[in-house]
Amino acid sequence: MIEAIFFYVFSVVLIISSMLVISARNPVHSVLFLILAFFNAAGLFVMLGAEFIAMTLVIVYVGAVAVLFLFVVMMLDINFASLRQGMMKHLPVGGFVGAVLLVELAWLYKSWVIQPEAALRALSPTPDPSAVTNTHALGQVLYTQYVYPFQIAGLVLLVAMIGAITLTLRHRPDTRRQNISKQVARKAKDVLKVIKVETGAGVS
Amino acid sequence: MILFEAPNLILALPELVLAVLAMLLLLLSVAGKAENYRLIAKMGVFALMTAAAVTFNFYGQAGTTFGGMFVADNFSSYMKLLVLAGSAVSLLMATKYLEREKTNRTEYPVLIVFSTLGMMLMISANNLISLYMALELQSLPLYVLAAIQRDSVRSTEAGLKYFVLGALSSGLLLYGSSLIYGFTGATGFEQIASALQGQTAVSLGVVTGMVMILAGLAFKISAVPFHMWAPDVYEGAPTPVTAFFAIAPKVAAIALITRVFMGPFGDMAEQWRQVIVALSIASMALGAVAAVTQTNIKRLLAYSSIGHMGYALIGLAAADKAGIQGIVIYITIYMVMSIGAFCIVLMMKQKDKMVENISDLSGLAKQQPLLALAMSVMMFSMAGIPPLAGFFGKLFIFQSAINAGLYTLAVIGVLTSVVAAYYYIRIIKVMYFENAEEELDKAADTGLNLILTAASLAVVFFILLPSPLLASAGAAAQSLIK
Repeated sequence: MIEAIFFYVFSVVLIISSMLVISARNPVHSVLFLILAFFNAAGLFVMLGAEFIAMTLVIVYVGAVAVLFLFVVMMLDINFASLRQGMMKHLPVGGFVGAVLLVELAWLYKSWVIQPEAALRALSPTPDPSAVTNTHALGQVLYTQYVYPFQIAGLVLLVAMIGAITLTLRHRPDTRRQNISKQVARKAKDVLKVIKVETGAGVS
Repeated sequence: MILFEAPNLILALPELVLAVLAMLLLLLSVAGKAENYRLIAKMGVFALMTAAAVTFNFYGQAGTTFGGMFVADNFSSYMKLLVLAGSAVSLLMATKYLEREKTNRTEYPVLIVFSTLGMMLMISANNLISLYMALELQSLPLYVLAAIQRDSVRSTEAGLKYFVLGALSSGLLLYGSSLIYGFTGATGFEQIASALQGQTAVSLGVVTGMVMILAGLAFKISAVPFHMWAPDVYEGAPTPVTAFFAIAPKVAAIALITRVFMGPFGDMAEQWRQVIVALSIASMALGAVAAVTQTNIKRLLAYSSIGHMGYALIGLAAADKAGIQGIVIYITIYMVMSIGAFCIVLMMKQKDKMVENISDLSGLAKQQPLLALAMSVMMFSMAGIPPLAGFFGKLFIFQSAINAGLYTLAVIGVLTSVVAAYYYIRIIKVMYFENAEEELDKAADTGLNLILTAASLAVVFFILLPSPLLASAGAAAQSLIK
């Protein structure tokens, strides 16, 4: 009973806030609703017993991605009103494509059969949830059975980093950077000159 | 407790070597000065050649490792050698152009090497998870490379367009994979194959998932109707990057499609054959017709490569040993022809500025008869005129289609190649029978000249010594047939 209540609360708030993400006029409000949507999705994951995904959702999406969004929204001068201009014009086409996809998926769902032998072929036997926590179970396979995709993921991230730096880093020759050794090596006698000024003559 | 088996690293040795060398290369490029482009490029070629040597040393070693996620066999060794050679050559081709355009950044070779590593992993993918990871490792550097001339609007646009459409195709692929996992309960290729074995009525979910995976992969080889990005990206990206796009990733992607559809979905050939046939016919037709009106030679080569992918897919539609052997031969010859054609595009400059229009080639036969001759050889070969290599590529493909009873497909293939011959020969006409308003500069790049000479000789004299290629292609095809 109490589970059902929480499920509906999380789901309803999730759906409403995700709709508000795209309909809110102010982009900052959109991002805030996005964060709300993430939190509710995390709640749903906890209810499913997938607390690891819930944690990563909060840490990665709320902690990093959403904050980054906020920064972008605030720092870039993007005219969101003009971005949304064609919306009504394209709505019929987009709606049609979406409807077709929905019908197709519903059709698929109708023919959904879980094959009896599927459980035997399952990639790794799911550990008993009462004996091992979700995070623990993931940790058991991530560095053993899935070490290969895990390593490739590392390479993908490395490439993403190289790519981002390649495309954005500019060495600007006109900026002045601090050169500490030069500063320390600077001697008073090299840069200071004591001049005896004659009265009334001034310094040229 | 889950038992963990230590992976057999020897099978993945070429990839391990290349990964380590790629990271060393990255360190070198960061530690050194920005002017060290030539050194880093040479080291990049060295890394690729080392990986090729390791692949060659363990050629044909068969087996799976990393819990069945990685497979090595004759097919993978052959395709890897092809990809490594293509990447190394395209890296060599790039030097002069990049220096002239001041894009000789040391990240360029690093990204090429990482992308090549992704291609090798793609060729050896034996699981939907490793397939996706390898595909991303291959594509991510390509997006960056397309946009590497970041002060040019066209290059940036090409990179962005490629990135958005690539992300879309990844989404399709992932959705298809999740459907396959849902309906068969497995992500490993062997397990999927055993789940689908001997089923009379395949469930709709599996078919949908399979078609979505095919759509995702068709993006990568730019088969119609998933080709929209190709002409724009080819035109916008810097020419050496375009050459790389046309040479290496196509080989890896076609190898991956072949493995996925002959492996896990091998028993469903009746279901996917019609889709492949449709893709193939559409690609051949569009490649032939749309190229006719092009004035930019890079766009023309983009449409030409769309058409070539259509021909290669005929071999997959045949779905037997002869068909796969045809694909392997075709893609090898396609790679050599692309290398040759792009060498010439890289030599096209007037008064030290790069030009890309077909009309700029006019009068080339009078000024530089050898260059014009080489271009004619490439164009005749792409059109499939005997006795050049391109003819044999098409011959084996069409033969396999006839043997498999796909007469319509073979007839359409021949008809479209006649249409395609029109625009290939138009280039030759421009070079030999039109007068130049402005002459092209004399080609002064020894490296490009050497590569072009080698490619031309290979295309012309393939007829004299075809047996090594045919034999190794046959062995590669055999290893995919269960």
